[in-house]
Amino acid sequence: MAAEATGAAPAPAQLPRVGVVRGFLAATEVDVRLLGMLIALAVTWFGFDIASGGLFLSPRNLWNLSVQTATIAIMANGMVLIIVSRNIDLSIGSVLGFIGMIMGVLQAEILPYLADGPVPFTWLIAIVVGLALGVVIGGVHGFVISYLQVPSFIVTLAGLLVWRGAAYLVTTGRTVAPMDPTYQLFGGGADGNIGATASWVVGVVACIGIVATILSSRRQRRRFNFPLRPIWAEVVLSVVGCATVIGAIAVLNTYYMPINLARAYAEAHNIPWPENDVLNISFGISIPVLIALVVALSMSFIAKRTRFGRYVFAIGGNPEAAILGGINVRWVIMQTFIVMGVLCAIAAVVATARLNASTNGLGTSNELYTIAAVVIGGTSFAGGIGTISGAMLGALVMQSLQSGMQLLGIDTPLQNVIIGIVLVVAVGIDTFYRRKTA
Amino acid sequence: MAESGVPLVEMRDISVSFGGIHAVERASINVYAGEVMALVGGNGAGKSTLMKVLSGAQKRDSGEVFIDGKPVVINNPRDAKNLGIETIYQTLALADNIDAASNMFLGRELLTAIGTLDDVAMEAATRKVMGRLNPAFVRFKNPVVTLSGGQRQSVAIARAIHFNARILIMDEPTAALGPLEAKQVRDLIRQLKKEGIGIFLISHEIHDVFDLSDRITVMKTGRIVGTVRPSEVTQDEVLAMIISGTLPKAARDASHPAQTAAAGAT
Repeated sequence: MAAEATGAAPAPAQLPRVGVVRGFLAATEVDVRLLGMLIALAVTWFGFDIASGGLFLSPRNLWNLSVQTATIAIMANGMVLIIVSRNIDLSIGSVLGFIGMIMGVLQAEILPYLADGPVPFTWLIAIVVGLALGVVIGGVHGFVISYLQVPSFIVTLAGLLVWRGAAYLVTTGRTVAPMDPTYQLFGGGADGNIGATASWVVGVVACIGIVATILSSRRQRRRFNFPLRPIWAEVVLSVVGCATVIGAIAVLNTYYMPINLARAYAEAHNIPWPENDVLNISFGISIPVLIALVVALSMSFIAKRTRFGRYVFAIGGNPEAAILGGINVRWVIMQTFIVMGVLCAIAAVVATARLNASTNGLGTSNELYTIAAVVIGGTSFAGGIGTISGAMLGALVMQSLQSGMQLLGIDTPLQNVIIGIVLVVAVGIDTFYRRKTA
Repeated sequence: MAESGVPLVEMRDISVSFGGIHAVERASINVYAGEVMALVGGNGAGKSTLMKVLSGAQKRDSGEVFIDGKPVVINNPRDAKNLGIETIYQTLALADNIDAASNMFLGRELLTAIGTLDDVAMEAATRKVMGRLNPAFVRFKNPVVTLSGGQRQSVAIARAIHFNARILIMDEPTAALGPLEAKQVRDLIRQLKKEGIGIFLISHEIHDVFDLSDRITVMKTGRIVGTVRPSEVTQDEVLAMIISGTLPKAARDASHPAQTAAAGAT
């Protein structure tokens, strides 16, 4: 400090372009990795759009993309907690297949014959049984891992084999169909959407939520004399957030029913058929997408605002500290696997409803895509670090890659090669970035 | 110095073994309110293991623990904390990926009326405690891994003193600190002594041991060599106890001061 008093005038502040970007990031406090993923997603989308001659960014394709992402997105929520707490679950695809098989058999072959007519709430019974099965299977995995201390890699690898075999044994390989009509709605399809109006309502609620979160965080900071974000930064974040939500809803609402479906819809709802044969009925948000969003919001809440979530992260950061803090580490770990089991069941509902059938191969390789999504989204295998929102974005990136390559007619084997390379590059960049800023 | 009456903590004939190795063999130690008992010994002497029995991190094979003369059962860290025993571990036992407030309240989080984490209240309490210990500390929301060694130590100490501990176990509290921070810790120990807290101090800094402690217990290969007062021995004599287990000639046995005093002072 004495040196400063010797009087040399400070050099005039330079503002290179890098400084402006860094200033923007610092003011808005946007996580650089999140921004990087959004940019990667944008590049992917625009790249595929150009390569496919405008097909990729059509409402129809983006709508399909949202539905296809749902299963992996649902399971990715559970995988985040498991990887954060220094475990792994390789069994989720097989568990999905097995639970799907049980629910399918219930709906197609058992319940219809139990009573003289259709059993009421067949769909609900099947779903409840599926969820219960998810709890039991997750509980078994969790117990062996946590209390018998067998490494999660081994237990869930065994699970991958066991539950896939069990899925086959349920019907000795026979595909089971069809599902209950109400059950089918959970898979999207022609009727499993909430339509334009409801979608707008969801959009408005989401925007209100975004603004409320920003306001509440500002109030929190003021309360503790924490430095506040500049007003312009808060406004930019609110505007960008809401614009994204409204834009997404608009896209989903621009996907109209093909003419036959529109006719059937008009008949069912007593809408007079227009003379020019053009009736635009929006699909809106698909039910699987809505389920995935609700799951993501709930899991995000659990991760950040409950003791359970805090303990999962503490165990991942320093298991010894968690034990010395008096946390029941074994029970917490077991619960993470139970949650995973339940999410597998939910994903199984969506997958079998969408297919309107249960096959014993359903869910194959889902564990790999889910782990890839979670890792691309910033969760670290070292434990202790990871976010739900990152995992959701990771799932979207993974699915965008797959859909885009499919649209371009790239063969599946080549698709796998490319996805594998992208996975390594994404994690490599993340690791490099983490090391640089450590 | 309240070395009369019943000790605040008494551990009697504690034994802990791992496989065939006797980490602690029939060790007895005690501390009175407002007193610092230093526990010294070479590597592998069993000091940390003995204290872990008290803090609930280690199960004992045999022996008893008494608090205020009454026998207590300590099966896990939660039991210990409920009895008013707080520990600052040598490794600090902080979760690097969460912030200071979360570490402070790890395992004992404050909850809102609806059962969610009350981060607001926990942060306010943390600011208060850290304000006493380390007024310059401002990085409350950063993961603890980004803090300096001294700041991390402050968080670990804050955690130990916030919950109205009656008994404090400090395992090498100044090992990772610079001279200024080490002085702050020493001043804190003196302050806590005045407040009537009983402190077990594991330290290899022989200066700190002589400066701060009222009695010194020496351990060697799992056994207690002896307990002496720093005013009655030299540093070399204590070193001789640590290295070769030889008792100093002139010092009184200070392991049960109340009994020694009652047995007839000279």
